[in-house]
Amino acid sequence: MNLNISEKIAKTVVWIASLGMFGVLTSIVAFILFKGLPAISWSFLTQMPEKMGREGGIASPIAGTFLVTVPAVLIAMPFGIGTAFYLAEYTKGGIITRAVRFSAESLAGIPSIVYGLFGFIFFVVKLNLGWSILSGSLTLAIMILPTIIRTSEVAISSVPKTYKEVSYSLGATKWQTIRLTVIPSAVRGIAIGVILAIGRCVSETAALILTAGSVLGMPDSLLSSGRTMAVHFYLLATEGISPERAFGTAALLIITVFFINVVANTLIERLFKRVGR
Amino acid sequence: MNKIEIKDFNFFYGKNRVIRNFNLNIEANKITSIFGPANSGTTTLLCCLNRFCDLNNEARYSGDILIDGKSIFAPKVSVTALRRRVGMVFEVPTPLPMSIFDNVSYGLRLLHVKRKQRIPEIVEMSLRQAALWDEVKNRLNFPAASLSGGQQQRMCIARILALEPDVLLIDRACSGLDPISTAKIEGSLMRLKKQMTIVISPHNIQQANRISECVVFMQKGEWVEKITDFRI
Repeated sequence: MNLNISEKIAKTVVWIASLGMFGVLTSIVAFILFKGLPAISWSFLTQMPEKMGREGGIASPIAGTFLVTVPAVLIAMPFGIGTAFYLAEYTKGGIITRAVRFSAESLAGIPSIVYGLFGFIFFVVKLNLGWSILSGSLTLAIMILPTIIRTSEVAISSVPKTYKEVSYSLGATKWQTIRLTVIPSAVRGIAIGVILAIGRCVSETAALILTAGSVLGMPDSLLSSGRTMAVHFYLLATEGISPERAFGTAALLIITVFFINVVANTLIERLFKRVGR
Repeated sequence: MNKIEIKDFNFFYGKNRVIRNFNLNIEANKITSIFGPANSGTTTLLCCLNRFCDLNNEARYSGDILIDGKSIFAPKVSVTALRRRVGMVFEVPTPLPMSIFDNVSYGLRLLHVKRKQRIPEIVEMSLRQAALWDEVKNRLNFPAASLSGGQQQRMCIARILALEPDVLLIDRACSGLDPISTAKIEGSLMRLKKQMTIVISPHNIQQANRISECVVFMQKGEWVEKITDFRI
């Protein structure tokens, strides 16, 4: 075949693929925003739901989302990133390392309902935390650990070896090398993992219904039951309570995830102003 | 006066013996060239002098290397302090992904230099010694990667000079550089030998001829010949 023609075919194929992907993605987002945005108003955001969510707003699910996600991410981050550094930098590869890596990989593929069941048995029943925001957070923390470990490990091990060698050759200790050279180079990749993990928390339903319950009231402590926006959306939609409010919640979910992405990226840009690439 | 004494030194990567029964005295305040064909162990020998080889898990050695009469393999030796004293410049320029200033001050920042105001002064002095100051003085905050290859290599030399080492190890640092950068680097080395001992693995025999007082030939990890007052 003529080289020119094969070049054109390859270009067309990748062009069509990306265009198709872009089309599907934007139509989903556009559909939800189109259906949901009219429902969003100041009172929708600030009022408590009434009549099982048929009327009123979504103030308590917004609070619930925040209260479940923040502790989950704060708990999972140190363990996840710490494990990633251990796997990528400190271990020379033995049985324990392979076991840790293998379990992280396996855990990443388990359906969230299984985490929900575990959280229900362990946190809700065994530790007697009840259906609570805390049980939900702890369950989600375990659920997002593998995501954080895997993405962080990839980010850390993709830091060029020469950077580390230079650092050692200038008399740096291992920790100084990690702090001054590895972390600034890997921080973006690690942040992407954390953002993905936040996204999983915000959009989780199955695991939370089993562990945090679905009480509509405003949670007054980490030990009270509550529901997140995703759970609220799920219940409104599946039980046919209020399609408009369900779409309003969905639209707000999308906006939230988008907002988290933008804020996280700007924050990293500010904190680790990187030069040299 | 002997700065470095290498005694019956053998070095292995796993089962592969890279350096064989090596004996050599390196004199202070001179430029010594260690020359050999590819894979003859010159780079490994340089790497051993500041225990950079320790980073390889499979590295083993026998024999001893003394600097100022003291073994660098003694258990009490601090490897990080040794690497500051015995600085190394690699074959390929290796700028870190940060600004020129941060690159040159990297080693100083590791030392927790309390007198922070001295850092800019030392950075300037090091860049002057490496014959790079005039080219970068107005853009110290630019990314180091924006420099040309020859400038990057001189920056790497400045980076190690900032630590005021006693010994400077240069591994084929001029291969692939333009003649002007090469000449500048060689000029810097000629000036620096008053303050330190320089061991270089030159990228060709002409370079060894131009700058060094003493040339050691090695082949397949073995000592072949040492010629002082070398001229071809």
